[in-house]
Amino acid sequence: MTAETLLTWARGSAFDWAIGIFVFGMVLRLIEVLSLGKKPDLAEGRGSGVKGGLKTIVTRSIPRASVFAREPVRITNGYVFHVGFLLVLLFYGPHIEFIENLTGLSWPALPGGIIAGLGMITMASLVLALIFRLRNPVLRHISTVNDYLAWAVTLLPVLTGYLAYSHAVLPYTAMLALHILSIELLLVVAPFTKLTHMFSFALSRWYQGYQAGYRGIES
Amino acid sequence: MSDNKTLGEHLRERGVSRRGFMKFCAATASLMALPPAMIPAIAETLQNARRPSVIWLSFQECTGCTESLTRSHAPTVESLIFDYISLDYHHTLQAASGEAAEQAREAAMKENWGKYLLVVDGSIPQRDGGVYSTIAGMTNLEMLQEVAKGAAAIVSVGTCAAFGGLPKADPNPTGAAAVSQIVTDKPIVNIPGCPPIPVAITGVLAQYLTLGKLPEMDHLGRPKAFYGQNIHDRCYRRPFYERGQFAETFDDEGAKKGWCLFKLGCKGPTTYNACATAKWNEGTSFPIQSGHGCIGCSEPDFWDAGGFYKALSVPIGDAAGAITAAAAAAAAAGLAAGAVNRYHKQVAQAAHEPLKVEELSREEKS
Repeated sequence: MTAETLLTWARGSAFDWAIGIFVFGMVLRLIEVLSLGKKPDLAEGRGSGVKGGLKTIVTRSIPRASVFAREPVRITNGYVFHVGFLLVLLFYGPHIEFIENLTGLSWPALPGGIIAGLGMITMASLVLALIFRLRNPVLRHISTVNDYLAWAVTLLPVLTGYLAYSHAVLPYTAMLALHILSIELLLVVAPFTKLTHMFSFALSRWYQGYQAGYRGIES
Repeated sequence: MSDNKTLGEHLRERGVSRRGFMKFCAATASLMALPPAMIPAIAETLQNARRPSVIWLSFQECTGCTESLTRSHAPTVESLIFDYISLDYHHTLQAASGEAAEQAREAAMKENWGKYLLVVDGSIPQRDGGVYSTIAGMTNLEMLQEVAKGAAAIVSVGTCAAFGGLPKADPNPTGAAAVSQIVTDKPIVNIPGCPPIPVAITGVLAQYLTLGKLPEMDHLGRPKAFYGQNIHDRCYRRPFYERGQFAETFDDEGAKKGWCLFKLGCKGPTTYNACATAKWNEGTSFPIQSGHGCIGCSEPDFWDAGGFYKALSVPIGDAAGAITAAAAAAAAAGLAAGAVNRYHKQVAQAAHEPLKVEELSREEKS
């Protein structure tokens, strides 16, 4: 198999299978969560559950001052990773073309050099996150294979993407094929690891916020 | 037929000036990335060389490769490469036809057995005994096997001969194959392209004449001097790619400003060829310069790589179908699981026996 045929396979049937498994797994898990349902509210609420739910989806993105003060570096690193990853994902020209092809939506791209820089920052934050995980005895103790797997499949697309962009290692054809395959690995693994949080974060925040909002307390 | 004159004598007879000849030698040296010190050596060798016999076999092809070679550079000195070699058999270019043509081939083979250069353009059909393409009642497969036996080396010109090309495109009805899939015991150099750049063909022939060996090749058997570099890396539109400025259609503002053609399906990033540097039509332009993305014609199976107008970052299968099917299947599975869960809940509720206070007995402490 040449790099050319590998790339054609990665862009073709391999991607179809990967996105199929991703959608199947994610939808199944979300329905699984939603079908758990919740008990009817028998008492009259003091506030609005809906308002509380929507508010919490947003406010939980901002750390509480007291929590932040305890581990500012680790929390900031989490932001750096998520923001960096999303910027690279959403504002690189070829990525926008990919999204446009699937959804019809399109927006202006950021220059490649900026994306490359953001990619490096994103990778550095992932490495730092791993160091934090390994150096903290409690965190290390509660970490499972699942955590390390999620870390690895998140790092690989950023790493291979950076290498493909820089034309540094392997011919571009092979590196692009590996980049696409690494994304497919992420797609396949995501529904069965903690990476489901890319969607389920909204559900859990909504639930917490709804409960609190209904009772008229802060969440 | 080969004669006994040296190339120098032959060229002088043809009225080629020394200046023109040296220019050709210098161009050859630079094209093949040889040091300038090699130019006199090339000139010397070419001057005194006997014209080697070349047999050119055309199989499942469109003659585009020959057109490229003969038309686009005539009448420059490069076209005189035909004077440096003795082209003893070539369907399109030879005067003889029918049996006389085949006799010329056989005679050249006999006279130069083990020494002639075999050039092939076109793929070779293998299915059903190779009946899908025959010349003078002989299948391409038989002819290739026969002529290859006495060849010193083989040059596969064009993507069809090098990788199977268009005839090999899915579903490959004739079982088309590349030369290298059939002949495995001879040195083979691939000069792919649809068609290849003329100087890539002449450059390889010139190197073979002067150094007596095939050039340094990449993992796909292509001469590195011409196929060692990426179109994208050498593209004059690369700065627009870096800035994230792309033409969205062939006639929008971006296209008029000469922005990057990546989104219009340009395969420059995955294509290795000299188009962006050697260019076409005597260095006038190349596809990207004229506003169309690279189609990646010098790469294997370029025809089946998902369409010329789909960007490299875009899925080429049926992603929408996969997403719809997966979502529907997941919804069905999810609803079924939910129904099962509710059923279990109902069964559990029905089986529930309330416990009254009177039924409880206190365990006496001892």
